[in-house]
Amino acid sequence: MDLIKITINNKSAEVSSELTVLQAARTMGIDIPALCYDESLEIFGACRMCIVEIEGNNKLQTSCSTLVKHGMVVTTESEKITKNRRAILQMLLDSHPNDCLTCQKAGECLLQEYAYKYGVAFRKHDGAMRPELIDTTSPYILRDNSKCILCGKCVLTCAQVNDRAVLSFAERGYDTRIIFSGDQSIEESACVSCNRCVSVCPVGALIDKRDIGKIRNWDGESKVVSCKACDYGCEFEVKSKNDKAISVVAKPPTNGRPLCLKGRLSTELKYLDNPDVPYKKLEDRFEETTWAEALEITEIVEKINKMANKEKE
Amino acid sequence: MEFKFDQKKFSDEITSFKKMLIDKKDSPGPLMPALQQAQELFGYLPKEILGLISKELSIPLAEIYGVATFYSQFSFIPKGENRVSVCLGTACYVKGSQTLLEELEVQLNIKSGSTSLDQKFSLDSARCVGDCSIAPIVIVNDDVYAKVKKNEIAGILAKYK
Amino acid sequence: MMMTKEKLIEIKEKVKPDMIEKLLKEDRVEYRGADLVLKGEYFKKQVRIALKNCDIIEPTNIEEYIALDGYHALYKCLVEKQPVDVVEEITNSLLRGRGGAGFPTGRKWAEAHKYPADKKYIICNADEGDPGAFMDRSILEKDPHSVLEGMAIGGYAIGSDQGYIYVRAEYPMAVKRLQIAIAQAKEYGLLGDNIFGTGFNFDIEIRLGSGAFVCGEGTALMESIEGRRGMPRPKIHRTAHKGLWGRPTIINNVETLANIPVIIERGYEWFRGIGTEKSPGTKVFALVGKIENAGLVEVPMGMTLREIVFDIGGGAQNGKEFKAVQTGGPSGGCIPADLIDTPVDFESLGKIWSIMGSGGMVVMDEDTCMVDIAKFFLEFSVEESCGKCVPCREGTKRMHEILDRITKGEGVEGDIERLLELAETVSGTSLCGLGQTAPNPVITTIKYYRHEYEAHIRDKKCPAKSCKALIQYFITDSCIGCTRCAKACPVSCISGKVKERHVIDQDMCIKCGACYDACPVKPIKAVTIN
Repeated sequence: MDLIKITINNKSAEVSSELTVLQAARTMGIDIPALCYDESLEIFGACRMCIVEIEGNNKLQTSCSTLVKHGMVVTTESEKITKNRRAILQMLLDSHPNDCLTCQKAGECLLQEYAYKYGVAFRKHDGAMRPELIDTTSPYILRDNSKCILCGKCVLTCAQVNDRAVLSFAERGYDTRIIFSGDQSIEESACVSCNRCVSVCPVGALIDKRDIGKIRNWDGESKVVSCKACDYGCEFEVKSKNDKAISVVAKPPTNGRPLCLKGRLSTELKYLDNPDVPYKKLEDRFEETTWAEALEITEIVEKINKMANKEKE
Repeated sequence: MEFKFDQKKFSDEITSFKKMLIDKKDSPGPLMPALQQAQELFGYLPKEILGLISKELSIPLAEIYGVATFYSQFSFIPKGENRVSVCLGTACYVKGSQTLLEELEVQLNIKSGSTSLDQKFSLDSARCVGDCSIAPIVIVNDDVYAKVKKNEIAGILAKYK
Repeated sequence: MMMTKEKLIEIKEKVKPDMIEKLLKEDRVEYRGADLVLKGEYFKKQVRIALKNCDIIEPTNIEEYIALDGYHALYKCLVEKQPVDVVEEITNSLLRGRGGAGFPTGRKWAEAHKYPADKKYIICNADEGDPGAFMDRSILEKDPHSVLEGMAIGGYAIGSDQGYIYVRAEYPMAVKRLQIAIAQAKEYGLLGDNIFGTGFNFDIEIRLGSGAFVCGEGTALMESIEGRRGMPRPKIHRTAHKGLWGRPTIINNVETLANIPVIIERGYEWFRGIGTEKSPGTKVFALVGKIENAGLVEVPMGMTLREIVFDIGGGAQNGKEFKAVQTGGPSGGCIPADLIDTPVDFESLGKIWSIMGSGGMVVMDEDTCMVDIAKFFLEFSVEESCGKCVPCREGTKRMHEILDRITKGEGVEGDIERLLELAETVSGTSLCGLGQTAPNPVITTIKYYRHEYEAHIRDKKCPAKSCKALIQYFITDSCIGCTRCAKACPVSCISGKVKERHVIDQDMCIKCGACYDACPVKPIKAVTIN
């Protein structure tokens, strides 16, 4: 692993030659905006927000996909860069519903964050927008295609787990959309409700349904816990208000952790006093079920009860 | 519109197709040739066939749908007995092929990209087919009609009705 | 069969004399120096290198290809040269890619040659998607062996034993001819194992496209072969280092490959003696549209547009006035008539805001509306955009919406500026060449025909009398009352008695032009377009 010298925004540092400019910037504490980049996912290069100016090159380059070179001089904020980032954000907003007031993602939405940072607003127009499609068939995931910015993170993260890969892009051009399995609703598809996709979605296109209406992200407290259901120890966020834990949501998985429904439900049961009723997935629909069934411990619970009763006798 | 896939009618094709899938399973990049073969054999991609490809090539169904819906040549509805297409490439367009397409939509009573209910005709626009010196062209099945005028459309269709 | 130099000579001596005799008897060819060329006025100013065998040899007969020195260049490379020598020869020729980008072929080969790997690939990009272009199709159908030989030479140069030809699905005849050619080449020991007994193995497999223009982009093409959506990859690594299945890969255009055997055969100095200093050699153009003599034209780089369009092409057809020529397809620019003396080479076209592209040359006349043409090309880009990156997916759509409004007479002040702003972001930040060049037709038509845009927006008029929403069909008093227009009208909106002047009901008229076509009055029709 070689070290090379790079200068970003007049700040110099020695970084590994295997890094991209965006990664190098992060190690130097410089944040470059990006909607489709995630360090645990393969580089996609779709949003074009991470553009930077590199000395010696007339064209703007995306920092997520440009490897560092010795002596490189980079600028991450400039008039030209800002102009183009604003144009890209405006394009995204033009296809997006003006829903921030009631959107569950408000306060933790990257599109909202960058629109605020760069001063770009919704505007009325007669042109096309993402078609309205809300899928409420799953009790765990709310899908709202009208808000999708096609960053690809959900597709990439689902594909990282061997036997999942339930999500995919479909069609092409402006009509591109995300589909589940054979272009089916969530309940008909092979989705296992692990919520990996929900945890990485930067906007309100995929939302944890059980989290809706419970608490705003700037309200209350939150702590990160590790699931105890298996050795992976996937991370979850427990949200509380006034010392009362109200909601449990999956955090973006790292280091090969898969995330799963059973783990999330067991974490819910552990931390929440009044968890919502759980559901299990049959072939093509969801059905309300008991906690023992949901955690697949019916027989164990029965046995424990049986032994407890015996002890009493 | 749902066209039902008659598995009995196509049982021979399905058998040979399945065998081809098993043969090609370990060759590099088998999905595109598999989809192209299926389109050729069945005239479109029934969802049952996509499920078969998913199973035999061990490729997730979502990925197959993603690939199949990306390319224009793959159809999810059967083509008609007679496939009519009008080239809308630059050379043909500049010679008025858009008007020819509109005339065909009127004469066949279907929109471009669809198949008539009796499955006798399907109509499509084509990207440039490389016959630019005889523009504008209309293609019906394997017959290429060159330098077509609007008032010749009815006569061309009559041959296939 | 094991092919040898002696056998090649044997075949040539056996086949060539009869072949020449037959061609001369048919009066289709003549000698230009020692070379056989097609006879006729159309070919006098052409210099056919890539097309040298087209319409001369029988493409399904490998022996006719051999008779005109086919596969001798491959022999020279495998037996008399080292791979690095072949790379040097092509580098010295200064051959530039003929697919559109004009990247130096030798440099590309050198990169892949240098990179160590257990497996390398060479791909022929036969996904000729530019509407109006059929150069590659002609070479594939009429001289497929030139491509096979070029690929084998390239494979030897970089150290690859596997070639792929990615052909678009819309070229079934080209696919068929290639299949026949590959089978014959294998039969004659010119493809497969141990070619010419040198131990060099090279195989070629055909892969089909399925109707996606974007798959002509290198990384999208590789995604397609690998069985994925044709969405271009972020350019982290050079394709020559990490390409198909992560291995060093060369992607060359059909016409580029067709040049290779000829350059090896005649030497790089001969090649550099043709064309210009920075763009040596020739270029095949597909001259189409409103031109008198449409067809394929191969000329030395540096010939002017005037010579191509007028001297060879015969100018605009039907006595109309030549208005513009579009080069480079949907990625290119419209060149107005007053720039007709521009030489055709990579640099000169770039200076006037167009590109060479793959060679499409669409001629337009006074009846072509340049705003409509810009809309047409942009519509193509919108339909073919893969949808992955924001600027192309969203930006081209918005540009198209503006152009659509303008051609419908709904343009507003500020539309031109909005178009140029969007064009800047789309061309400056898109992920691949499709998005980066999609705004070019809009940018050039605004640059050279701004007055047409302004007429549409401010005056709600189409100067070329083409945009339906802005024209009106009107019957003048030279009408003879023959009723032919009324009979031709598909919506029966023309009223009038026999021998009396007819009238078009403007509210019902759909502007189809059937009445205009039907009107027999000469010399000027009674039906006019306002």
